Formats: sequence, structure tokens, C-alpha cells
Amino acid sequence: MSAIIRLKNINKTYYNGAPLHVLKGIDMEINKGEFVSIMGASGSGKSTLLNILGILDNYDTGEYCLNDVLIKNLSETRAAYFRNKLIGFIFQSFNLISFKNAMENVALPLYYQKMGRKTRNKLALEYLDKLGLKEWAHHMPNELSGGQKQRVAIARALISKPQIILADEPTGALDSKTSAEVLEVLKKVNKTGMTMIIVTHESGVANQTNKIIRLKDGVIEKIEDNSEHKFSNFSVENIK
Amino acid sequence: MISLLHEILNTIRQNKMRTFLTGFAVAWGIFMLIVLLGSGNGLKNGFTSNFGDRLMNVVNIWGGRTNIPYAGFQSGRRIYIADRDVKFTADEFDRDINFVIGNVSLGSKNISNGAEYLTSSMTGVSPERIIVDGAKIAQGNGRFINDLDIREKRKVIVISERAKDILFKNQPAIGKLVNVAGIMYTVVGVYYIENRQDATSSYIPLSTAKIVYNRGINLSNFTFTLNENIYDKETNDEFMSGYRKRFAQVHQVSPDDENAMWYWNRFEDYLQMANASKYINIAVWIIGIFTLLSGIVGVSNIMLITVRERTREFGIRKSIGASPWSILKLVIVESVFITTIFGYIGLVCGVGITEFASQFFQPSSAGSDSFNAFLNPTVDINIAVQATLLLIIAGTVAGFFPALKAVKIKTIEALNNK
Repeated sequence: MSAIIRLKNINKTYYNGAPLHVLKGIDMEINKGEFVSIMGASGSGKSTLLNILGILDNYDTGEYCLNDVLIKNLSETRAAYFRNKLIGFIFQSFNLISFKNAMENVALPLYYQKMGRKTRNKLALEYLDKLGLKEWAHHMPNELSGGQKQRVAIARALISKPQIILADEPTGALDSKTSAEVLEVLKKVNKTGMTMIIVTHESGVANQTNKIIRLKDGVIEKIEDNSEHKFSNFSVENIK
Repeated sequence: MISLLHEILNTIRQNKMRTFLTGFAVAWGIFMLIVLLGSGNGLKNGFTSNFGDRLMNVVNIWGGRTNIPYAGFQSGRRIYIADRDVKFTADEFDRDINFVIGNVSLGSKNISNGAEYLTSSMTGVSPERIIVDGAKIAQGNGRFINDLDIREKRKVIVISERAKDILFKNQPAIGKLVNVAGIMYTVVGVYYIENRQDATSSYIPLSTAKIVYNRGINLSNFTFTLNENIYDKETNDEFMSGYRKRFAQVHQVSPDDENAMWYWNRFEDYLQMANASKYINIAVWIIGIFTLLSGIVGVSNIMLITVRERTREFGIRKSIGASPWSILKLVIVESVFITTIFGYIGLVCGVGITEFASQFFQPSSAGSDSFNAFLNPTVDINIAVQATLLLIIAGTVAGFFPALKAVKIKTIEALNNK
């Protein structure tokens, strides 16, 4: 299996007031089709890591290769291009555009690929159908439940056929039942061969993934193989 | 582009009230600009109409009284204009003038035809006078004074259409006799002056006037027209000072005596008017643009707030692949869109108002010396095009800085913006 994500000695320091060394030499590889979770307490650097993986933030030293392309010192335009082509995002707070209906939200990435309105809306309807939201296509986000919103967001992440899906606490704003549904969807997506990385602090969520990367104070504490899903669905990690 | 407009309409629909208020400021600005420009044009057109078809390059000369003792004469001597003035002017200044004609003003005379009568100022003139006054004679209304009238000292008269209406009602006037204070004249022509329906002056041949009214060689005044060698203030001033010097010599008055020769130079009036309308124009543009500017600042201000409110949305757009350029475009086009649409509304309203107002400022037709201060206060298509261009530029400028601000916010910060 080829590594789709390759990180070599990634360092990141924030300079807001006192310098804060958030990532202290991260090395890791994620292969195509893997279902990975990144766990860690708040402040462990997991969000920063996800932002760097998503080309939303840059890093100071090291090397990050995505799909064998070195992602370093990109211009904003180039970064936007890669985000559009290679990465699908799923956020804790869904990040749907409030004045666009479900279909238009899903179709938005294709707008930035200069696809015509009719074609992209048709495609968006197909993806909503796959996620069981066809009847809700013309509803505005505030008319949808949390689970529905997140499924719209998943459809939006998938529509540009990215190389990886990055999910930042995808169930953080959902109740347990809806969380389970959303996780099922994510699992199904992963089964189609999509590489998926989830950042979470819920071990229940992490336990659904096949590999758990534990971050602590900006370094990788350990990488656990979880293909047997032996972790408890109920314990909450890192509360000490 | 259609997709982009769709995106923008989508956001505008979100904030109808705000968009309307913003747009209103712009519409008002451009409306005021158009109304002001229209008013400026009205003033200018009013001025111009008062010149009518009369020649712009006319100079009239009268004799005054000397103020300075000179060459043995005491001050207070009256200067008489006579045929020799016409002659020396025609002979010595032919480089700068077209023709010179003498006039004999006969004052107000009663002109009557049977029971109908009117009081009209009468002047003895040369054939060229018709050009100087911008008078016209309609087909079938006879002719003006001609050379034969002058040579044969005919007792003929040219009256105005108004005088003809009073004296002859609907009857033809040509060939009829009129009684001018006891002396009979044959009407040979009926003239009119555009925008001057009230004109009543009558003209008789200069030679006839001299004989009948016993004027000898004296003239009341004389008139000459400047040719193309006199085209601006400098050439005009130079000519006038040269002329004044020669006039002083001929009449044996001090060259410094400003009171000996009175003159009225229509070309100077014209230059002043041209100058005045230039300044009116500049002032109107300045005021108009400042009015518009406050509208633009309003748009810019609102766009800044909009950008602030939409920070998170821009973050989302960036995270799914919107380039900085596309965000910049989104904001600027929205701004241009609002300014142009509302600006156009203001433009149409402004043009509508000026066209409507122009109905009320028709050329004056009553009163003997009426003056058009305001006429046809409208703007032409060039102004509308210029204003439209101005709007597009203004919209771009108004949107540019807010757009730049939107672009500069980092994506993660934008995403975390609540």
C-alpha cells in the first residue's frame, strides 16, 4: 500500500505573545484507504495537525507530502486548489452556508471547479440521495436536524471526489444516537476506499476507526492498531 | 459570470433592507449629480438663448463726454459720432473687422394704421443690420432694408411680426402704408427674432433717417463685427485698446480719457458667459461628485460590515477551495452590482426630473425685455455615460478595500469566527 500522507518531522510554533511550540516533530504515514483517528487532550496539537493536513495552516519545518506532492509554502491560490481537489472537510459545527439550501451547499465545491449550475446541482442531488436526504435537498440548514446537517456536510466533502476526508470532531455537536448514525455513514464511505482521518477526543468514536494516533504535548505518544475495535465505546480518555 | 451573479443575488436576498438602504445612498448621489448638472445646463442654455441668433462678435460704439482737458479743449466736451468714424474704422481696421455700419436712433415713435397703433423704437440702419440683430424674415414676408433703399432714400419701413399683428391683424402688411408720427412709410418687410417674440423695433434706411429727421452727418452710434483674428480675451483686449487709441486721435481727446468713447462689446459678454458656464460646470461636477462620494462611502462602509459578518462564510468557502481571487471578485462584483443597479435607478429618476422640469422653462414670450435665466435643464447622453462609468469605478473602489480585508483573514481564523 502506498502512503497517501507522509509527514516528516513536522514542527509548528505559534507566536501569539509567548512562543508556543505546538507540534514537536511529528512523523507519520497514512496509507490510502485507511480509517484513522487522532486522539489527544485539548492543547495536544491535534487540531493544529489536522489544519496542517488540510492545508488550512502552514508548518515551520519538516515535510508534508500529500498524494506525493510536497505541500510547503504554497500560495493561497494553490492551497485553495489542492483543498478543492484533494481534501474533503467535515467540521464539528457543520459549517454549512446558512443562506443556501442543502443542495446548493453540497454543490459549492463544484462551483469553485467552474462547473455549470445545472450539472453541479444534479450531481449534488445524487450525493444527497446516497445519504438519504433527497427530500431535504431544498431545505435550508436551519430547517435540518444536527444529524441531517452533518450528512449534508459529508455529501459536500464527498462531491469533489477528494483523496482524503478530514473530520474535526464530526460528532462533537450531536447526541449519541445521531453520532452513531453519522459514524456509520463515515464507515460506509471508508469502505468505498476513501482515506479518512478523524480528530476526536471521544474514545467511542476512535474505537470505530482502524488505527488510533495518540498525541500528547505535540508529539505522537503511540500509534495503536485498532482493527479489532477492542476499545471501550464508553470510556473517555485523557481525563486525569 | 452568470454563476457569480447567482451567488451575489443569493446573498443580496439575505439582506434586502440593508441592500436597499445602501443602494438608496448611491441612487440619491447620482440623482443629485444629474439634477445639478441639469440645472447647470439650464443656466447655460438660458444664457445662450439670450444671445439667440445674434452675432457674437459685435461691437457698438457711442460718443461720450471727455473727462480730461486735452489739446486746448476743456473737459466735458461732447463727442459726436459721424460718418467719418465709420470711414476711418472701415479703412484702418479692416484687418480685424468684417464690416462697419452707422445707426441713427430715432427713439420711440408712434406707428399707426388707421385706428391701430403702437409705440416702437425706430432706427435708421444699413442692410447689414439684419445680421447684427439676428433678425429673420419668413418666406412671403417681404425683405429687409436694401442698398437701393439707402441710395434712393426711400421712405420704407421694416416692422416686427408683433407690430404687424397689432397694426394689420390678419391682413397682409407688405406694400401698405403706416403713419410714423405724421410721416408715411411703406412696409417692405416683417421680421422676427427667435426666442424674442416680443421685439417691436422698426427699421428704416439710414439715409432716409438722416434726411427726414435732419441729422446731417451725425450718427447715434455705429456697429462693427470682429472677424476671426479676434478669438479670445487677449486678442480682443489688444484690439480694443488699439481702437480706443485711434478713436482718441481722431476725436482729439486724451488717450487716457475712458469717458470719451463708450462701447459695448458683445464678444466680451460672450467670453464672460463662456467662462461663467465653465465655472458653473466645474462647480456642479465637484458638488455632484462629493454628494455621490457620500453614497460611495456608505457602500464601502456597509461592505466592510458585510465582510465582517460573512467572515465565517468566507472561511467555509476557502476551506472548500475558494481562491483569494474568487473571494475578492465576490465582494467587488457585489459592490459594483449594488452601485450600478441603484445608481442607474438614480440616473433614470434624475433624467426624468430634469426632462419634467424642462417643460416648465420654455423660452420666455412675454414682457418687452424678458430674459431667459433658465432653459432646457437637461443632461445629454454623454453625461449619462460618464456618470455610469463613474458608478462602476465607484463601486469597484467601494468594494475593493472591504474585499481585500475579506481575503486577508486567514482561513482557520475565519472558520473559528463566531
